[in-house]
Amino acid sequence: MSEGIVYWLQQTLNALQLGSIYALIALGYTMVYGILTMINFAHGDVFMVGAFFCFLAAVYLGLPFVPTLLLTMLGAALLGAMIERLAYKPLRHAPRVSAIITALGVGIFLENFTLALAPYPKNIPALLENVTWDLGGVSLSSLQVIIIFLSLGLMFLLDYVVHRTPVGMAMRAISWDKTFVPLMGVPLDLIISVTFAIGAGLAGAAGTMYALAYPVIDPYMGIMVGWKAFISAVVGGIGNIRGAMIGAFILGGVEIMVTAFFPSTYRDFVAFTLLMLLIVVRPYGILGQPRTQKV
Amino acid sequence: MALLAAAKVKHYFGGLCAVADFNLELQAGELVGIIGPNGAGKTTIFNLITGVYRASEGSIRLRDVELVGKTPHQITALRVGRTFQNIRLFRDLSVLDNVRIAHYAQVRYSPLEALLHLGRYRREEERIIENSRRLLSIFKLEHLAGETAKNLPYGSQRRLEIARALAIDPELLLLDEPAAGMNPNEIDQLMEFIQWIRREFKLTILLIEHQMKLVMGICERIKVLDFGETLAEGPPEAIQNDPKVLEAYLGEGPVG
Amino acid sequence: MKTMRSAGWEWLIAQRWLLPVLIAVGFVLAFAIPEYNLFNKYIQLVMMYVGINIILTVSLNLVNGYMGEFSLAHAGFMAVGAYTAALLTQKVLPVAAYPGLFPLAVLAGGLAAAALGLIVAVPSFKVRGDYLAIITLAFLMIVKSVIENIDAIGGPRGIPGIKKLTTLPWVFFWTVVSVWVVRNFVYSKYGRGVLAIREDEIASDLMSVNTQRVKFLAFMVSSFFAGIAGGLFAHVLQFISPRVFDIIKTTDVLIMVYLGGIASIGGSILGATVYTVLLELLRPSTVAAMLAWLPAMVFDPLNEYFIRHLGVWRMVIMPLALVLVMLYWPRGIMGLREFRWFIPRRDLDAHRHDAHGGSHGAARGR
Repeated sequence: MSEGIVYWLQQTLNALQLGSIYALIALGYTMVYGILTMINFAHGDVFMVGAFFCFLAAVYLGLPFVPTLLLTMLGAALLGAMIERLAYKPLRHAPRVSAIITALGVGIFLENFTLALAPYPKNIPALLENVTWDLGGVSLSSLQVIIIFLSLGLMFLLDYVVHRTPVGMAMRAISWDKTFVPLMGVPLDLIISVTFAIGAGLAGAAGTMYALAYPVIDPYMGIMVGWKAFISAVVGGIGNIRGAMIGAFILGGVEIMVTAFFPSTYRDFVAFTLLMLLIVVRPYGILGQPRTQKV
Repeated sequence: MALLAAAKVKHYFGGLCAVADFNLELQAGELVGIIGPNGAGKTTIFNLITGVYRASEGSIRLRDVELVGKTPHQITALRVGRTFQNIRLFRDLSVLDNVRIAHYAQVRYSPLEALLHLGRYRREEERIIENSRRLLSIFKLEHLAGETAKNLPYGSQRRLEIARALAIDPELLLLDEPAAGMNPNEIDQLMEFIQWIRREFKLTILLIEHQMKLVMGICERIKVLDFGETLAEGPPEAIQNDPKVLEAYLGEGPVG
Repeated sequence: MKTMRSAGWEWLIAQRWLLPVLIAVGFVLAFAIPEYNLFNKYIQLVMMYVGINIILTVSLNLVNGYMGEFSLAHAGFMAVGAYTAALLTQKVLPVAAYPGLFPLAVLAGGLAAAALGLIVAVPSFKVRGDYLAIITLAFLMIVKSVIENIDAIGGPRGIPGIKKLTTLPWVFFWTVVSVWVVRNFVYSKYGRGVLAIREDEIASDLMSVNTQRVKFLAFMVSSFFAGIAGGLFAHVLQFISPRVFDIIKTTDVLIMVYLGGIASIGGSILGATVYTVLLELLRPSTVAAMLAWLPAMVFDPLNEYFIRHLGVWRMVIMPLALVLVMLYWPRGIMGLREFRWFIPRRDLDAHRHDAHGGSHGAARGR
C-alpha cells in the first residue's frame, strides 16, 4: 500500500480509538441532559474514578480483564446513581445553575478525594496481551481493536436499550415531559437513577479502556477529557444519543488530524477553533433541534 | 397617507403557508379588529408587523417606512406597541421595572454616562420613573409598584401589560386578545377602557379578539381571517351578517 | 414589635452616607496597613487576593448572574489582562524607567480584555444557554493555546520575575471602582435591559430594548474588569503562565459567583470574600498558627493526624461545603437580593408603597 494511504489508515485507527473513548463519556452527558436538561459536570471525574477502580481491581484484587471491566462499570454506575440521589435530586426544582455548580463541586470533590488517597499517579498493569499486527504497513494493536469494538458494542447496546426496551422508552418519555409521564405510572426517580447509572457505567468502561491504552492515570485526568466529551455531546446536538456518538468521533478525528498537520502544541487551539466554527454554523449541533419558542 | 399599510403579505413556516395575501390599511386614529378561528394566522400577523418574523413576501409600511427587515426593537422604537396572547411580562421583576424597561429607546444617555451615573443620567432616570409611575397610576397599579410581577392577580397582570405597551409612547397599539379570561362585567369595562386610551393617548389600535361582544361593540372595522386568508372585511354590521363568516365560526361568544 | 436592637440596625442601614465614609476609611487603612505593618505580610496578601477575587466575581456576575448566561471565558479575559499588563511593565515600558506606568499597564490590560469581550459577545446574539457555554469555553481554550504557542511571550513556560507592583491601595481602588461601575451599570437602562433579556429576550426586543447593544456592553464591562483583575494578579503573584488561566480558574470564579448569589453585588463581595478566606483558613499553616495556643498534648496529635493533611483535604472539604450550601441556598447566599446601600436612593423611593418588596430593584435589602 502506498505511504499516504498507510498514514491515513493509521490515523483513522487512532481517531477511532480516541473517538470511542470520548463517545462513551459523551453518552453519559447527553443522556443526563436529555432527561434533566442538566449538565453533569462531575461526569468527567466519574470517568477518572472508573480508571482508578480499574487500578484497584487489577492491582489489589489481581483480577483479569473481563471481571475488572465489569467491576469498574458496576462501581462507576453505583457512584453515578449515588451522586444523583444525594446531590442532584434535592435540586431538581431549583434553578438550573445551582445544579451545575453542585455538579462542579462534586467533581472537585472527586478529584481531590482521589488525590488525597492516591497522591502519586498510578500505573496500570497490562491486563491484556497486546499483539500488534502489521497490515501492509498499518500497525494494528489488539488493544486498539478491543477498545474500538467494545465501545461500539456498548454503544449499540445502549441504542438498543434506549429505543427498544420499556426502560428506554420510559427514559425517552421522561425527557419529553416530566410532569405527566409519571402520572401514567412511570417511576420517575427510578428511571432517572437508571439513566445516571447507565451513563456512569459507560464512563467507567471508558476509564478502564483509557487506563489500558494510556497506562498512567492521575486524579486530574478527567477534567480535560470530560470537557472534550461534553463538547462532543454539544457538537452532536446535546440530548441526542446518536449525535453524541457522531460528535465524539468528529472530535477524535479532528484532534488526530490536527496533530498530524500541526505541531502538537497547536492541537487544542485548532481543534477548539474548528469546533467553535461548527457551533456558529450549526448552533444547535449536528443532530440537535432548536427549542422553538411560540411568540 | 395611511398609518399602517400591509400589502400582499405572505408568510411561510417551512412548507406551511401561515399568512396568504394579507392586505390592510389603517388610518391614524382607527380602531380595527381582526377575528378568526384559532390558527388563522392572527398572531402571526402581529409578529410580522413587529418584526419577530420577517415576512416571506410583501411589504408592511408604517407611513413611509418599510418595516419588513427591521428588528423588533427598531420597529418598537418607531412607536409600535403590543401586548401578547399569553401574558409575557418580566415575571421576576417588579411592576415598576416592567414599565421602566419599555422606556429603553426613549432614554437619552450614553453608555459612559450610564457607567458613571453622570451627565444626563440623573435627569433621564427621574423622567422615566415619573412617567412610569404616571402610567401605573392611570392603570391603578401605582400601589403595587414594588410588587413582583408574577404575584399580581391575572387582571392586574393584563393591565400591567397594557401599561408597559403604552410606555413606548406608541402611535400604533397592537392588542392580542386583551379580553382573554375576562367575565362579561370586565369586558364592559375593558371596552370603555380601550376607547378611553384611544382618545387619551391618540392611538391607532389594531386588536385581535375572540370576544364578539367587544369586537362588535367598539371596532369600527373588522377583518376576518381563516387559514391565513381574508374571508371578509368591513364594518361590524356587515360582518355579522356575512354568510361566509357565519359559516366559518361565529358563535364564539355573545354577539352585539 | 420592634426591639431596640432591630430599630438600631434599621437606623444604621438608613444612613446612606455611611457607605462613602466606610470607603474613605478603607482607603486610609489600605495605605496604613502596609505602611505600618498593622497585619503581617501574609494577611496583607490574602487581603489583596480577596480584592482581586471580588473584582472577578462582580464582573462575572454581570454576565452569568444578571444576564442569566453561562459564560466560561472569564479566565481567558483575565489572562489577556495579565499578559498585557505584565508585558508592558516588563518589556515594553520597563517599570524601572517609568515607575508611574503601572496603573496604565493595568488599564491597558483591561482595555485589551474588553476588546476581546466584544468578540465573545457576537455569538451570544444567536445562541444562548449551553451552546454559548461551549463557545465561551472554546474561546478560553483558544486564548490559552495561543499564548502557549507564542514563544516571544514565554509560551508554556510563562513569564517569570514580574515586579511586585500591586499594592493594597491599588487593589482597594480597583475593587471599589469595579463594584461601583458594575452597580451603576445594573441600575441604568442597560442593567434593566440585561435583566429583561434574562427574563424574556424576545419580549425585551419588543419592548424597545436593543438587545445586541446591551449584550455588547455587558460583555465588555465584564471582560474589562476581568482584565484589570488579571493585571493586578500578575503583579502580585509575580509569575504567570497559561496553566494559571485554565478552566479551573474559571471554575473558581463560577463558584464564587453562585455561592455569593447570582444577580447580587453584595452577594459577589460576600462570595468572593468567604471563598478566598475560607480556603486560606483551611491551610495547614493557618490552622496550626490559630491553634498554636493549645497545650502540646492536644496540639501534637491534632497536628499529626488532622492539620498536616489539610493541605490535600481542604480541597475535599471545600467542595463538600459548597454542595451543602447549594442544597440549602440554591440561588446562593444572597441570590437576587441586594444590600440596600448599593441600590440608588431613586430606585428605592420609586418602589415605595410596596407591600412585600419584589426581587431585584425593589426596596428590600439587608
